[in-house]
Amino acid sequence: MTTATSTQRGGFGYRHPRVRLAGLLTAPMAWLVVVYLGSLAALFLTAFWTVNDFTGQLVKTFTLKNFQQVFTNSAYLETMVRTVSIAVLVTVLALVIGVPLAFFMARVASSRWQPLLVALVLTPLWASYLVKVYAWRAMLQPENGVVAWFLQPFGLSGPGYGFTAIVITLTYLWLPYMILPVYAGLTRLPDSMLDASADLGARNGRTLRSVVLPMIFPSVVAGSIFTFSLSLGDYITAQIVGGKTVMLGNVVQTTYVTNLPFAAAVATIPVIIVLLYLLVVRKSGALENL
Amino acid sequence: MKTAAACSVAALALAACSSSSDSASSAPAGSGAASAPAESQAAAPGGAAYAGPVGDGEGQLNILAWPGYAEDGSTDPSVDWVTPFEKATGCQVNVKTFGTSDEAVKLMQGGGWDVVSASGDATLRLIYGDTVQPVNTDLVPNYADIFPDLKMQKFNSVDGVAYGIPHGRGANLIMWNTDKVTGPIDSWAPTFEADSPYKGTVTAYDSPIFIADAAVYLMATKPELGITDPYALDQTQFQAAMDLLTQQKELVGEYWSDYTKSIDSFKSGTSTIGTSWQVIANLAKSEGVPVEAVKAKEGATGWSDTWMVAKDTPNINCAYKWLDWIVSPEANAQVAEWFGEAPANAKACDLTSDKTFCDTYHAGDTEYWKDVYYWNTPTANCLDGRTDTQCVPYSDWSTAWAELRSS
Repeated sequence: MTTATSTQRGGFGYRHPRVRLAGLLTAPMAWLVVVYLGSLAALFLTAFWTVNDFTGQLVKTFTLKNFQQVFTNSAYLETMVRTVSIAVLVTVLALVIGVPLAFFMARVASSRWQPLLVALVLTPLWASYLVKVYAWRAMLQPENGVVAWFLQPFGLSGPGYGFTAIVITLTYLWLPYMILPVYAGLTRLPDSMLDASADLGARNGRTLRSVVLPMIFPSVVAGSIFTFSLSLGDYITAQIVGGKTVMLGNVVQTTYVTNLPFAAAVATIPVIIVLLYLLVVRKSGALENL
Repeated sequence: MKTAAACSVAALALAACSSSSDSASSAPAGSGAASAPAESQAAAPGGAAYAGPVGDGEGQLNILAWPGYAEDGSTDPSVDWVTPFEKATGCQVNVKTFGTSDEAVKLMQGGGWDVVSASGDATLRLIYGDTVQPVNTDLVPNYADIFPDLKMQKFNSVDGVAYGIPHGRGANLIMWNTDKVTGPIDSWAPTFEADSPYKGTVTAYDSPIFIADAAVYLMATKPELGITDPYALDQTQFQAAMDLLTQQKELVGEYWSDYTKSIDSFKSGTSTIGTSWQVIANLAKSEGVPVEAVKAKEGATGWSDTWMVAKDTPNINCAYKWLDWIVSPEANAQVAEWFGEAPANAKACDLTSDKTFCDTYHAGDTEYWKDVYYWNTPTANCLDGRTDTQCVPYSDWSTAWAELRSS
């Protein structure tokens, strides 16, 4: 077909593939560089400035004061540790819940049920973030929430608002982001490999450990990047179900108007943590599975 | 949502660049250049006020307002004072609402808005940030009917120059659940003192400006600190307020910043006592929550909002028409009732649909407002006039608050 019509289609772009490529990519690349990387650079630069005590406006003189304040003050260090712990816990919980679920969807459920299950996993993503968080706020109410009511017969009290509530809510919010990549990874796993493993005498546990897990590991890492980085940057959940507990995002929110350089210094921390995480997982090949 | 969060971080970074370069470049080319060269350091910021007279409208007006301050019937068809304004003046109105004073300041600095309803914790930032211009009150006929104790206050004027038109006011009250708290309560003590019987269910406002609430309490309980203005705290006074708030944190179950969250918190029993607004008390009561709210005997912080005009507005006539419209008895009565605050215009009280409204909100009760300290922006130059010391500026208030909340 190409050869048949090439004479009519032999326009400028066709004869100059490099120009065509440049034409196609300039706009999106400019977007990426200017808007995304540019704002990141501006953020980082701002972190070295300070504000005028009288007018509260930016003063562009170089100082390390903001970073010093963030890294020497025990309150902020605590928040940093707390935020990372929340992100790690959410990721672990999403793994524990998400991987078996994805396995069931991809390998156990009949092909008639598969699309329905995928749709069910996706459904919560269609609802507004705020609606979901407020729903959890209602459910986690300390005295008369659903969770407290459910735990009462066992002599337990609900978690109330705070650290646990944040972890539960974020896990719920980001779970689909774990399930979907793992599900995709599992569907790509060829049956022949599992058959071969069985033929060679491996039991289910051995197959899981030696065949399935190494094959889906990159997908799991891909899912964990989502759950980890999404949790790390969140602040609205902490505001709604966190009670007194705050995350790094809340510190940024409290300070960004009056002390932008300090907020920028705080906002740089999650960026660095995520970058470090990405560097580590790059080796696993997970980034190709995103 | 994460994207939204990431974008907003990016947006701040960009906004930071644009706003700072704005202020640098707009100084020589500001619109106030119409009259005297008032750009020297000592003169009032923002150039000169509009000399008038207010002529025909420019055909449009961009309004930045608290939710509920500029209603055009889209929230509730019966609540509409923007459409009549458009009909009367020919100024097509474009309204954007903001959630916090900080957001308002950021949006104003970004430009594109003609008028803003600024609370006291935003006004000085806007004035000294060279974002707004002085207002010529002679061009606003309805200014004459505004309660005198709202005019030329520390947060809406500088050196005798008015920067806006007062709109309404409210006090931050102490609210409690009458089922769970043995009342009546008349003091902030149960929300601050370590031996409070309501440990774990106290609630407080989640904003750096809340430090002033602690300062108000200290004014009554620790006079030796010598606090005269809760927004002018030197280092020692500030530290005392922060210590009190650290002590309070042990008692707090939940901080609130959104008034619907506060209502929900009292409804569910998560909170039983704490700082609140009259409108929250009214809404909570209407939902069957047994609460009462009063002004504590130690005094209270409060807010008084001011309509201000952007420095380089191209729609100056429409802006002045709006200032006069929004504080007219009719519009002011509607806003006050819809939002739940005391109107600024004395004549508005005759036009409210609930005839007891102004009594409930103490609109004209000068005595009531005597110990209400309206939100203001702390600056390094002490607002109470002290010159022998430096006060803690608002940027440090916000970092101190972030630190308190983080620990």
